[in-house]
Amino acid sequence: MSRLGNIGARLHRGEISLDFVGRQKTWYAVSGLILVVSVVSLLTLGLNFGVEFKGGTVFQFPTKPGVTTSDARAAVKDSGVVKEDPIVQKTGTGWRVQTESLSSTDVTKVQDSVQQRLHLAKADDVSPQSVGASWGKDISQKALEGLLIFIVAIVIYLSIAFEWRMAVAAIIALAHDILITVGVYSLVQFEVTPSSVVGLLTILGYSLYDTVVVFDKVRENTRSLTTSNTMTYSQAANLAVNQTLVRSINTSIIALLPVAGLLFIGAGVLGAGTLKDLALVLFVGMLAGAYSSICIATPIVADLQERQEKYRTLAKRVAAKANSAKRKAKPEVEVAELPQDDVPDEAEASSVGAGVRVVQNGPRQQPRRGGSKGRPSGKKKR
Amino acid sequence: MFWQGQKKPKLALDLAGGTTVTLTAEPTKPGAKIGDSEMGQAIKIMRERVNGLGVSEAEVTKQGNNVIVVQVPGQGQERVVKTIGTTAKLEFRQVLVAAPVGVTQQAPAPAPSPTSTGKTKGGASPSAKPSGSASAKASGSASPSASASATPKGRALAQALTKASATPKPSASAKASASPSASQSLTPQQLQQLQQQLQQQQQQQQSTGEDFSGVDPAVKAQFDKLTCVGNDIGQGRTLDPAKQAAVCAKPDPKTHKVDYKFILSPAKISGEQITKAQAMPPDPQNGRMQWVVSLDMNGSATKAFATFTQQAAALGENNTRNHFAIVLDGTVYSWPGVKEAITSGNAQIEGQFNQEDATDLANVLKYGALPLKFKQSSIESVSATLGKDQLTAGLVAGAIGLGLVVLYCLFYYRGLGLVAISSLAVATIFTYEAVVLLGKFINFRMSLAGIAGAIVAVGITADSFVVFFERLRDEVREGRTLRTAVERGWVRARRTIIVADAVSFIAALLLYWFAIGGVKGFAFTLGLTTLIDVVVVFFFTKPLVTLLARTKFFGRGHRFSGLDPRTLGMTKRVPNRPVGTKEA
Repeated sequence: MSRLGNIGARLHRGEISLDFVGRQKTWYAVSGLILVVSVVSLLTLGLNFGVEFKGGTVFQFPTKPGVTTSDARAAVKDSGVVKEDPIVQKTGTGWRVQTESLSSTDVTKVQDSVQQRLHLAKADDVSPQSVGASWGKDISQKALEGLLIFIVAIVIYLSIAFEWRMAVAAIIALAHDILITVGVYSLVQFEVTPSSVVGLLTILGYSLYDTVVVFDKVRENTRSLTTSNTMTYSQAANLAVNQTLVRSINTSIIALLPVAGLLFIGAGVLGAGTLKDLALVLFVGMLAGAYSSICIATPIVADLQERQEKYRTLAKRVAAKANSAKRKAKPEVEVAELPQDDVPDEAEASSVGAGVRVVQNGPRQQPRRGGSKGRPSGKKKR
Repeated sequence: MFWQGQKKPKLALDLAGGTTVTLTAEPTKPGAKIGDSEMGQAIKIMRERVNGLGVSEAEVTKQGNNVIVVQVPGQGQERVVKTIGTTAKLEFRQVLVAAPVGVTQQAPAPAPSPTSTGKTKGGASPSAKPSGSASAKASGSASPSASASATPKGRALAQALTKASATPKPSASAKASASPSASQSLTPQQLQQLQQQLQQQQQQQQSTGEDFSGVDPAVKAQFDKLTCVGNDIGQGRTLDPAKQAAVCAKPDPKTHKVDYKFILSPAKISGEQITKAQAMPPDPQNGRMQWVVSLDMNGSATKAFATFTQQAAALGENNTRNHFAIVLDGTVYSWPGVKEAITSGNAQIEGQFNQEDATDLANVLKYGALPLKFKQSSIESVSATLGKDQLTAGLVAGAIGLGLVVLYCLFYYRGLGLVAISSLAVATIFTYEAVVLLGKFINFRMSLAGIAGAIVAVGITADSFVVFFERLRDEVREGRTLRTAVERGWVRARRTIIVADAVSFIAALLLYWFAIGGVKGFAFTLGLTTLIDVVVVFFFTKPLVTLLARTKFFGRGHRFSGLDPRTLGMTKRVPNRPVGTKEA
């Protein structure tokens, strides 16, 4: 942990600066590629819709020692009412057999047949679920309505809490996450159920949550940016991403751990159903969300902001300064390699200040630098 | 905290075992809207049907604007589905034969009236109000109004002009009627006479048996077999409108007992033909002392009703066949007698209604008239065993998730990890208590999806600590003493936590609003735990950290405190540094 803590500290001060914002083209390209794959997969493979979208009946019943898949299938088929070949899945506790849509009388027949064939205590041990063909569509339609309203609500909220550019970036990141998740579902042909659709909606909340935390820091870092001429918006934003990187990673890990537990139990023990559907979609979506809040959302905000006049001129001023600094202050490179010395000394020094000193060896710091040069040795001994 | 009373969360059917039927309403005409009041009525009918099954704790709830979810604990899917699956159908049929159910039905439950004679026909202790309803209405309207007696609250009612009993309660009632112009009013004395006649007749009928002339023998056989107990009541049964039918009265909503059974003629009027029905408040100035239900019917029904009422009125009020049955959903909701031929298509049903009774009956007439079609979107039955398995799996998943988070917190935050863990523990207890309390007060039931929501929320809750701790560490890295770092870090973290939790809560809220089925539970726990998270962070985690900052272990940044400045990347000069810097 001490190493992790150190990395955190160095990221915080900007010593280790992973250039997320500056490499936005790379990220856009990576995401673009994934998105293209997702869309192509959606168009060609499509989604594997579950019984809720197609209509049908699912029977779940406990297993008995020695019962094989074909036994389970036969037990259902022997009822005489199932015409199509049922889909049989083994779950941690028994069997899950999916048939075409059956009437409630036929459902009872299947229950009886399974009970007799597998010698279950009573027919009610067989749990049936019948779903109409349009049920999944109904739910999904509702979910999409919810999605639209959610997006509007969030845009308004973020526009008030932050500003519209951040709201737009957050929504783009969101769309990105959803598309990727859907794409993964299509590629791997996971079954899409209403639970997955709802899990997808939850990702919205999660992805935004993550993004919001990063944006909060970006805003803090860029609040009085134009007055200082020390770094461009993109640089400040990048610093924010780096400063919240440890948090983002921790958050993602901590969020993914319970979901992983859920997935493990849902898929491993129960086999199928609500838990697995929710956990799976959350797992994929959260991964995408963690990536997008760092590599997509913030670069987009930076791009949008840089279009503004004030930040464009700022960028020019900063560039001019950096050039002159480079010309004048070549020898100072080594100074920059001793970043510990640059731990903020002014009482009001914010993390921005800390970052500034490291990222940019501007001439403005020259005078002070002389003073601080002697300090490390002196202070350390004190 | 709230240890009294129930201590365990209520479980939803996917964990406790039971049958869930999801019904989606479809507009009667394409493009037509499904109104709230229609849905309300449909839910009422469903509830009555399900209650008719005699299962306790059955729940009928509306979700979204066109979905009804019926949850019945326990087993027996077929019966449930059959009962609630049919479309509500309203018909008027002539009563051919009426007989009390069970011989012991002499003094029916609701209100034994002092006069036993009046009750030979059993039933709902009809009481006629001589003054109010029995006397003709002197209203100025030119339209003849129907007269009818009805029992409110769906008890099948005895005939018009039965005895004026002293018990006002169970109502039933009497007649009135007549168009103002041709109105013949009955004085209380006349009424009394009629009632006595009726009683005599009833007694005769009782002894001689019912008049089965013209009754289809097959229907008679059915009628004889009809016990009107449990499934035999036939709620939700679809009757062939063109045929005679043996039907039970609607069971009492509380006792589920049925007092009467009938043989009815083919349908005279179907619900769709009733164009308007409304409850009208008492209007003493026009001699109307009670609530009445007024109904209008369309042209073809007016004709049919006129023919029927002419015949029925001619039979005299004492004749069983003078009555028509309002059949809803396969049972007789009410069976008013006919006083007058009603040719205008506007009828009034009178009885000792209070506002609720009258409104209920009007709703039945109104919405029975536009039967909402429901399609069974999903029928899910979970055996008790499967439910238990799912509950165990959910809890194990939660334990694993929580365990992993605890381990990670300890690994990464050391001492601070303990703060995180105790906060998580507090949040867990809060959540559990909240679920128990909500179960008690708003009947919230924990479902598998709800458990999943709670597990996912562990991440959100833990993240608040992460935000706070990272801020705290940032402040320490900048060289502040722990005490100041806590305060400064908190101010900054607070904002982030609130904004982030707000987003998460909005998501949960909308999800809850729009979700149908089990997913609602997921959204609910997600939103609930988000709120709890805010409470815990503000009132537990932060104060705890403030307190701990004063201890030597944390304040000095012990190696295992998670706040060791050296491991955080600060140099050794930490404690005095800010001061020194300022001086420098």
